[in-house]
Amino acid sequence: MEFCADPSVLGDVEWWLCYLTTPKQISFYESFGTVLLLLVLAAPLILLLGIAGALARSSRAAPLRWIGNIYTSMVRGVPDIVFFLFVPIALDQTFEYIRHRALCPDVTAPVRQGADFVVCAAAKLPLSTAPQSVHDIYGFLLALVAFTIVFGAFAANIIHGGLAAVPRGQLEAGEAIGMSRSQVFRRIHLPQMWRFALPGLSNLWMILIKATPLLFLLGVEDVVYWAKELGGAKTSRYAFPHGDWRLGYFIALLIFYLLLTWLSERGFRRLNRRYAAGFST
Amino acid sequence: MNCLDALSAYGLRSLGIGERLLPRGDIGICEQLVLIGSGMVWNIYFTAVAMAFGFGLATLVALGKASRNPLVSGPSKAFIFIFRGSPLFIQFFLFYEAFVLIPKFAGEIDLGFVVIGIDTAWFTRAWLGALIVLILNTSAYTAEIFHGALVNVPKGEIEAADAIGMTGGQKFRRIVWPTMLRIAWPAYTNEAIFMGHATALVFFSSFPAWRQEGDALYYASYFAERTFNPFVAYPIVAGYFVLFTLFIITVFGAANRRLNRHLAPGSVKRVKFRPQFIR
Repeated sequence: MEFCADPSVLGDVEWWLCYLTTPKQISFYESFGTVLLLLVLAAPLILLLGIAGALARSSRAAPLRWIGNIYTSMVRGVPDIVFFLFVPIALDQTFEYIRHRALCPDVTAPVRQGADFVVCAAAKLPLSTAPQSVHDIYGFLLALVAFTIVFGAFAANIIHGGLAAVPRGQLEAGEAIGMSRSQVFRRIHLPQMWRFALPGLSNLWMILIKATPLLFLLGVEDVVYWAKELGGAKTSRYAFPHGDWRLGYFIALLIFYLLLTWLSERGFRRLNRRYAAGFST
Repeated sequence: MNCLDALSAYGLRSLGIGERLLPRGDIGICEQLVLIGSGMVWNIYFTAVAMAFGFGLATLVALGKASRNPLVSGPSKAFIFIFRGSPLFIQFFLFYEAFVLIPKFAGEIDLGFVVIGIDTAWFTRAWLGALIVLILNTSAYTAEIFHGALVNVPKGEIEAADAIGMTGGQKFRRIVWPTMLRIAWPAYTNEAIFMGHATALVFFSSFPAWRQEGDALYYASYFAERTFNPFVAYPIVAGYFVLFTLFIITVFGAANRRLNRHLAPGSVKRVKFRPQFIR
């Protein structure tokens, strides 16, 4: 805004109006969108991976069953943050290694040289000439994949339990009228699974919400990044000098998350009631 | 450097004893194993102390939530809501910033860039500051578990206690509390495991690792960054955490058997690990 050009002469109300609409503040508001976008994109992917994992676990093919078992039990003993740190780097290096092999076949030097990971310039992901936005999107996608893999394992655990809780008689009835295995699964087993898995899945959703600040560790400019950035003390060299306001910014984040989990809880309570309809228990 | 050298040099590095600097040049598997293992001391310390203090506080909060007096149950519910409804990660940041501000209100001398506050400075150290956050956090989760168990204590047992003329305090000590623990124990075991996992966040949030004294993940990420190879350090830290998890399950399983020693051996429910609680 025009009158924001010289903040030092502004009155209190105008100062705050100007301060809260600086480009960096706008980036802070947008980062809430980043968090919500991650939640919205991750949830369906997690469900799909969860169903796949649960299916693999009860598969008749032994190798598939082992994969399913290893995958679903991976969250049990190890903190999720270890996976969050590991998966993005591992994926990044894998992609770069594959591209290195494909794009620069004439480079024969090993990729790992002592303490370095060297790929040719053309194999870098994203390319060093790419605009900043590409780097941001790539970082976000890596984070999304990490979230999907970690929480997919949780979801697979829950869905496996839900599938096991569907009464056998329901499935036998399907078989009795001549449904194929896949028909029984699609029309009877899966639709009834939700009722049993919903409490666990709502729990998982809460966990997912509360894991989103970890985006900060993955290098995504999320709410935590901007809260630290904007809340730090600003000297008179800046247009809007202020003291250390990080406490205030983090209280705002706390309220945002409390609101998010509170609304989710209410939503799930209603959903639960709907799914419980028609069940005698 | 062979493994014994690494052990003698870095075995207690996480406590500030031993080699001053972390290995830089060629980092062998021994250094990684030793240093990451040495960092586990912090994870165990945070888990054990937070669980110990959290247990008592959680019992009080659970009783508070069950109270009929709204002046008692209200704050208890708010406490549980705030610490269960927000990410532990944000709580760490929030409390760190708050602890940094303590000296200002405590009337300590602030020399611009250095804060002279002999007592309050401890709050910004992980061993105290992060521990306080962890205690409050685990208390909220545990209180919810205990409250759920508390309302499920069989009415008949309490009536029987009334019938033989037990006083309120006796009833609580001999009937309500042990039964509550018995019911809550499987869920409480999971809480302990996730508490152990949550301690990995301490040095990744805001509490700085002072003089390179960090936890297992602190060293693991240091090595992953140094060697550009995440495929060694992270599996090592994962391995240590699996061992730690197994240890917790063993200890809590033994406690579960002790709690249920009056029941027939076959009828005691084994503690099942279900990942439901996390920060």
